[in-house]
Amino acid sequence: MQKSTLLFLLLLISAYAFHIGRQRSRQIVGGRVTNLHSLPNYYGYYTALWALLPALALLFIWMGFETPVINHLVIGTLPEASRSLSADNQGLLINDITNALNGSYGEAKPELKTTVDYLRSLKIRSNWLLSLLAITLAFMGAFFARSRIHKEHRARNKVEQTVMAFLVGSSLIAILTTLGIVLSVLFESIRFFDKVPITDFLFGLEWSPQIAMRSDQVGSSGAFGAVPLFTGTLLISSIALIVAVPIGLMSAIYLAEYASLRFRSVAKPLLEILAGIPTVVYGFFAALTVAPFIRDLGADAGFDVSSESALAAGLVMGIMIIPFVSSLSDDFINAVPQSLRDGAYALGATQSETIRQVVIPAALPGIVGGILLAASRAIGETMIVVMAAGLAANLTANPLEAVTTVTTQIVTLLVGDQEFDSPKTLAAFALGLVLFLVTLVLNIIALHIVRKYREQYE
Amino acid sequence: MSNRTEENKSSNQGIRTHEIVKAGLHRRRAAEIRFKAYGFICIVAGLGFLMALFGNIIAHAWSAFEQTYVALDVTFDESVLDPEGKHDAANLASADYPALTKRSLAAMFPEVKDRLEKRSLNALLSSGAAYELRRVLAKDPALLGKTERIWLPVDDDVDMLVKGQIDRDIGEGDRRMKDYQIAWIDKLIASGRVEKRFNKQFFTSGDSREPEMAGIWGALMGSLFTLIVTGALSLPIGIASAIYLEEFAPRNRWTDIIEVNINNLAAVPSIVFGLLGLAVFINFFGLPRSSPLVGGLVLTLMTLPVIIIAARSALKSVPPSIREAALGIGASQMQTVFHHVLPLAMPGMLTGAIIGMARALGESAPLLMIGMVAFIVDVPGSLTDPSTVLPVQIYLWADSSERGFVERTSAAILVLLAFLITMNGLAVYLRKHYERRW
Repeated sequence: MQKSTLLFLLLLISAYAFHIGRQRSRQIVGGRVTNLHSLPNYYGYYTALWALLPALALLFIWMGFETPVINHLVIGTLPEASRSLSADNQGLLINDITNALNGSYGEAKPELKTTVDYLRSLKIRSNWLLSLLAITLAFMGAFFARSRIHKEHRARNKVEQTVMAFLVGSSLIAILTTLGIVLSVLFESIRFFDKVPITDFLFGLEWSPQIAMRSDQVGSSGAFGAVPLFTGTLLISSIALIVAVPIGLMSAIYLAEYASLRFRSVAKPLLEILAGIPTVVYGFFAALTVAPFIRDLGADAGFDVSSESALAAGLVMGIMIIPFVSSLSDDFINAVPQSLRDGAYALGATQSETIRQVVIPAALPGIVGGILLAASRAIGETMIVVMAAGLAANLTANPLEAVTTVTTQIVTLLVGDQEFDSPKTLAAFALGLVLFLVTLVLNIIALHIVRKYREQYE
Repeated sequence: MSNRTEENKSSNQGIRTHEIVKAGLHRRRAAEIRFKAYGFICIVAGLGFLMALFGNIIAHAWSAFEQTYVALDVTFDESVLDPEGKHDAANLASADYPALTKRSLAAMFPEVKDRLEKRSLNALLSSGAAYELRRVLAKDPALLGKTERIWLPVDDDVDMLVKGQIDRDIGEGDRRMKDYQIAWIDKLIASGRVEKRFNKQFFTSGDSREPEMAGIWGALMGSLFTLIVTGALSLPIGIASAIYLEEFAPRNRWTDIIEVNINNLAAVPSIVFGLLGLAVFINFFGLPRSSPLVGGLVLTLMTLPVIIIAARSALKSVPPSIREAALGIGASQMQTVFHHVLPLAMPGMLTGAIIGMARALGESAPLLMIGMVAFIVDVPGSLTDPSTVLPVQIYLWADSSERGFVERTSAAILVLLAFLITMNGLAVYLRKHYERRW
């Protein structure tokens, strides 16, 4: 039986349990529902939960242990030579056997035939056993719950407690996610720093993560100095901010202070589309249109522009983060009390003078918060730089040259074959740790400023 | 006396101030107009970028919806297809169909004798032409032994030439087509054997190395499966989490930490979630690489904060009077929330959820980390099949060097944008029509 069929059956059984639970509660009080502690439906829910939850728990535990146990049994039947193989090779062997079972990659090797048949029979037996156990458990739960129903039974409270547990559990997932991010990135990074000293990583000036497969290969000793990546990221993000901050801020000022309501209601959502376009689309635009355009423009002006210049990636990234700057700034400019403006007008200031000397200083913390959030977005942006920035780690501040970024390197290190004992793969996690920490600090500062400022005028 | 001089002085000063103000007025007005113009220019610039982006993609994309076909008189020769005269389907399925197209091309251009030239003549046709012939014959086995005019897809280079995207005027060495190949194509066009038709292949097939054979159906199915996982997990969990935090949680250190945490998670770079998925779901739990299941799990963690924040603000906007009324007539807190508050907050929650899902649909960086970037020809059929998603397919095609992939990448982007616009439009519609304001 397929797992999905089993799941469906379990749901059916719990629907049935709901029915018998409700019937039972009505039957106990002879149809006079007001004599019950809870409404009949709650007795139904109570019975259904008893039917569903234990069986589901069994299902998940079974799924967790099924493969290791079966693999162990299969290895046990293999000849002595295969049993004494290292863990990795045993894994490969198991892979071969499973592939043969699924019929992919052609027929099985003849010597594996009996093992494949054994595996198949094991899988079928395991499936049947699971289905049988789960269904029995579901029925047992339902009848157990039904037998516990009596007049004073506090079914509503029990059901509500279960729902509450689900609610609390759901809100803990956010914490678990953060914990998962920190732990997964941290552990692999620590393994990386065992192989490459952390000072070399943070302050080294040379980045060439290719490591020789054989010791006699030339020119690939592997250097993990991440400074060129940091400067590259900084360069591209700065270009992006140089584009986005003035445009975003001035747009926000115009929309908040000058624009008519009609113009605002059209232009604001249109500008915000820029933030909703998938980044891979920007990457394509940058690589296919903007980069060649800038290269040709530079060639006409007599500059030697790389076709993967930092300028192209930065420009397009700047376009992407315009709405991040503009919509937050817009919010904060709108939050500045009208009385401040009126005061400035009464002193004879023009509108632009009011904006420059009163409104913007008043909204400055919020605007800075928005810019910081945009900066964190630019630093963590991946697809644009993967598609439009270079791969070579150049230590340069020239926007016409190709630079590489932290995110680009994470992608290039992890796409393709991964070996979790080589520093090349682990380096990606170390870069991820740096990226996570930097953006985290930026976010915390930005959110703190924004939060504090919001309270100020409320 | 002294009083008068004071007055005189102040009126003098008044006149002087007036003059100073007046002298500066012109400058200040100019500054005002300039400032306003800067703002307007910036908005126009922002919208101009948007237009340029869309215009650029549409301009590249529109030609991908058509594919060039050429009509060949193909003889389904029994001596080629079925030399042993077995007449069974399995035999016909593995027969030598390329030989048929080679023969009919040779019959059409008898002057081509040179082996190299012959090869480049056969290269005019797509490698998919043979599959097309097999499909035609399987549909109508009576064709065996007969001659039939059949429209077959051409190679991507020919397609590009017919669509005018290969410049005929540049030197022969600089373009991908030889002069004599162009002459053959012109001859075919002159005889009315070349036609552009709707590119059905693009919407119905999986990925391919040949642009004319490549389609987005596989990636679309991958996206669909991934989104199903994301939706099925992130919606209930996100809403439950929002309900707890907004309606039940005590205000203390712990809930404060959860709240700050959620806000921070919403701003963590998406690629970090990819690292998490790789380390936890694939390495630790051993889930299958490249599968929509893992992709969906990663995107769930990524969209959860967005959904929670939206759902909380939807719950916040339900006025306390509703809760008080329900509690007043004896509902439990849980009943109040699930029977009264939740239905009223639902449209707002769904709006947030759809926007979160749209973001998940366009996301590609974390999926690169978990191996959804592989070259996959088969259309995925389940949650654990290796697959790719639409944005990653775009990334893969954008990296290909063939000229024919440029227009297909743009067309795939258009399809993706169409989905995103539909989803966001739905969200706006929901917000406008169902959200109540108190």
